[in-house]
Amino acid sequence: MILKSIRWRLQIWYGLVFLAVLTGFGLTAYELERNRQFRNLDAEFQKRMGALSSSMRPPLGPRGPGPDRGGGPDDQFPGGGPADDRGGGPGDGFPGARPPEDRPFPGPGGQDFQFHLPSSLTNLFGAESNSFYYVIWGRNGDELARSEAAPRDVPPPPDTGPGGQPPPRMRGALREFFHATPGGGSLLVGRSIAEDLAGLRVVAWSLAAAGTVVLLLGLTGGWWIATRAMRPVEDISATAVKIAAGDLSQRISAADTDSELGRLAAVLNSTFSRLETAFAQQRQFTADAAHELRTPIAVMLTQTQTALSRERAADEYRAAVQACQRAAQRMRKLMESLLQLARLDAGQETMKQLPFDLSKLAADCVEMVAPLADARRVKIQCALPPTPCLGDPEQFSQVLTNLLANAIEYNKPSGQVRLTAETQSGVVKLTVADTGEGIAPEDLPRIFERFYRADKSRSGTAGHTGLGLAISRAIVRAHGGDIQAASPPGAGAAFTVTLPLPPRPSS
Amino acid sequence: MRILIVEDEPDLLRSLAQALQEEGYAVDTAADGPSGLFNAQTYDYDAVVLDVMLPKMDGWEILRRLRQTKKTPVLMLTARDQSRDRVRGLDTGADDYVVKPFDLPELFARLRALIRRGAGQAANVLAVGDIVIDTGARQITRGGRPVALTAREYALVEFLALHHGQVVTRTALYDHLFDENESSLSNLLDVHVSNIRKKLGPGFITTRRGHGYCMGGPE
Repeated sequence: MILKSIRWRLQIWYGLVFLAVLTGFGLTAYELERNRQFRNLDAEFQKRMGALSSSMRPPLGPRGPGPDRGGGPDDQFPGGGPADDRGGGPGDGFPGARPPEDRPFPGPGGQDFQFHLPSSLTNLFGAESNSFYYVIWGRNGDELARSEAAPRDVPPPPDTGPGGQPPPRMRGALREFFHATPGGGSLLVGRSIAEDLAGLRVVAWSLAAAGTVVLLLGLTGGWWIATRAMRPVEDISATAVKIAAGDLSQRISAADTDSELGRLAAVLNSTFSRLETAFAQQRQFTADAAHELRTPIAVMLTQTQTALSRERAADEYRAAVQACQRAAQRMRKLMESLLQLARLDAGQETMKQLPFDLSKLAADCVEMVAPLADARRVKIQCALPPTPCLGDPEQFSQVLTNLLANAIEYNKPSGQVRLTAETQSGVVKLTVADTGEGIAPEDLPRIFERFYRADKSRSGTAGHTGLGLAISRAIVRAHGGDIQAASPPGAGAAFTVTLPLPPRPSS
Repeated sequence: MRILIVEDEPDLLRSLAQALQEEGYAVDTAADGPSGLFNAQTYDYDAVVLDVMLPKMDGWEILRRLRQTKKTPVLMLTARDQSRDRVRGLDTGADDYVVKPFDLPELFARLRALIRRGAGQAANVLAVGDIVIDTGARQITRGGRPVALTAREYALVEFLALHHGQVVTRTALYDHLFDENESSLSNLLDVHVSNIRKKLGPGFITTRRGHGYCMGGPE
C-alpha cells in the first residue's frame, strides 16, 4: 500500500540515489585521504631507506671501530636533510634513541659489507613503539643488525630471486619496506602505522557520520519537497473523493493555473461543472417526469376511492371509469414521450434516410391538424415549393404537426397560421408563424426545455406533456438541423426549422 | 363544514368535491388562481384545499395574499414532495401539506384535524352531556349507544359542538353547511334541527329566536 503512494516511491528513489551519491562521494574522499597519507608515509620510508642503504657499502678494508663522529665521505649519502644534522650528541636524538653507531658488520666469511650508521640517522629510527625501525640481513639470511624499536621476530623478506625487489608488505599494523643491500643481503625498514590507520578510521567514521547527517537532512528536505509537490495532487484527490461521494458542487481550488497541476485542475473543474449540470438536468428531468405522473395518478386514486366508497348508479361508475381512462391516456402519452426522448438522447432512435418532399409532407400535416384548426376557427396558409429532403418523414411529420398544433392552440380565435419555406445555401428554412399572443421574452430561451411551460395554465390539460418542443428539437437535431423560436412583440410566435438539404444530383 | 377546493385538473376537482360532499361537507370549487383567491377571501371557509400549480396565480401567491386577511386553515395539495417545498409551504402559512397522489381517507383525516384545530378544539372527541361526538369516526353516541345520523345532520351537530356554548346564527350555519349550489330555503335547516332533536333529545339544541341555535349554552 505504502509503496503505491507516489510520494513514498519518490522518496525511496530519491533516498536511494542520494545514498549512492553520498556513498560514492565518501568513498572517493576516503580513498584520496588514504592515498595521501600512504604517499606521505611511503616518502618517509623511502627517505629512511635511502639513508640506510647509502650508509652501507661493500667492505673497504679494515676500519677502526668505535664512534666516528668526525664524519667523512662515508657519511655522505644522498638522503639529504637529516644527514646534515651532525654534531648532535645523544641528546639530539629522539629520547631513548640508540647512541649513534658506526661500526662495520663483519658478516660470516668476512665478505659482507660494512655498515655505518651515521649519528644523524639515529633520530630517524627512534626507540618508541611507533618509531621507524630497520633490520638488516646478510647474504645468507643472518640478521646483521636491527634497530632498537624493531619487533622481536621480523620474518625475513620473501625470496624474489636475484635482482627482485619484494613489494612493501603489511604485517598487522606494521608496514615494512625492503631493499637489497649491496652485499647481496637485504634491508627492511618498517614502522607500526596503527596511529595512521586509526586516524584514517576516524576520517572514515567522520565521513560516515557526516554522510548520515546529510542523508537525513536530504531525506527530510526531499519529504518536504515531495509533500509540497504532492499537495495539489492531494487536493485534487480529496475533491474527487467528495465528488465521488455525491457532492458535485465541489471544485478544486487551483490558485496557480499556469502550473501543470493547475491546468489539470482547471480541466477537471470544467469537467465537474459539465457533470454537475448534466446531473442536475437529469435530476430535474426525473423529478419533472415523476411530477407529471402524480396528477393523473391522483385523479385515478381519488376517482376509484370515491366510486368504491358506496353503491353508485351506473352512470356514476361510468363517469369515474371515463376519468380514469383519461388519466391513463395522459400517462401513456407521457410515457411514450419520455421513452422517445430517452431514445433520442441515447441516439437509439433510428433516423431513416429517405427522400421526401417537404411540401407534400407539410400538406399532410396541415390536413391532420385541420379539425383542431376548424374548432378554433384558425386558418392555415400553406404554400410550399416542392423541396426534396432526406430524412425520416415520420419523425419529421411529428415535428411539423406539433408545431402546427401549438400554433393553432396558442392562436387567437379566427387567427392565422402561416407555413413558409425558403431554400438558401444548402439548407431549407421552414417557418411556422402564428398570430397569437406570442411568447414572453423571459420564456423564449427556455421553451425547448423539458417540462417547461410558458403558460402554467396548460399544466394538467390533457394532451400536453410539456415535452413536445423538446422532442421536436431532439428530432431536428438528429437530422443535423436546428430549431429556433422568435416572438417579435405583437406579431405572434414563429418557429423556424433549419434542415440541411441533400446534395443535388450532379446531372 | 364548508370547504373550498382550488384545483385545475377537472377530473381531480370533480371527484374530490364529490367525495367531500358525501362526507357531509359543503364544498365550493375553483379551477384557477384568481377565482380561488376571491372565494377564499370572500367566504369564511372551515378549510381550504389548495393546489400549488394553478393557472394565472399559483398556490403560494394565493396563500400569501389570503394570510394578509384570513386565518382559514389551508391544506396545500402539490405534486412536489421535496422537503424544501414543504418547508416553503409551511413557512408561507399553510397548515398542512399533502403530496399527490394521496389517499382520500388520509386527506379527510387531515382536513378534520385542521377544522378541529381551527375551531380551537384539540381532541377529536367532543362530549356534550351524555352525547359523545367522535369527529375521527364521525360517530355520535348517546349514553354509549350509537345514534344514526345523516351526513348533513352529523355536520350540523359537529359544527354546533365545535362552537359549544356559543350562539350560531342561521346564516353562519347556511354558510358552513350548504354549498353555493344548494338553495338556501330556510326550512331546510329547521328540518335538520327537528330531526336531530328527535334522535338526540329535545334539549340538545336550543333555539334562540331571532339569533340562531346553540348547544350546551345557558337555557
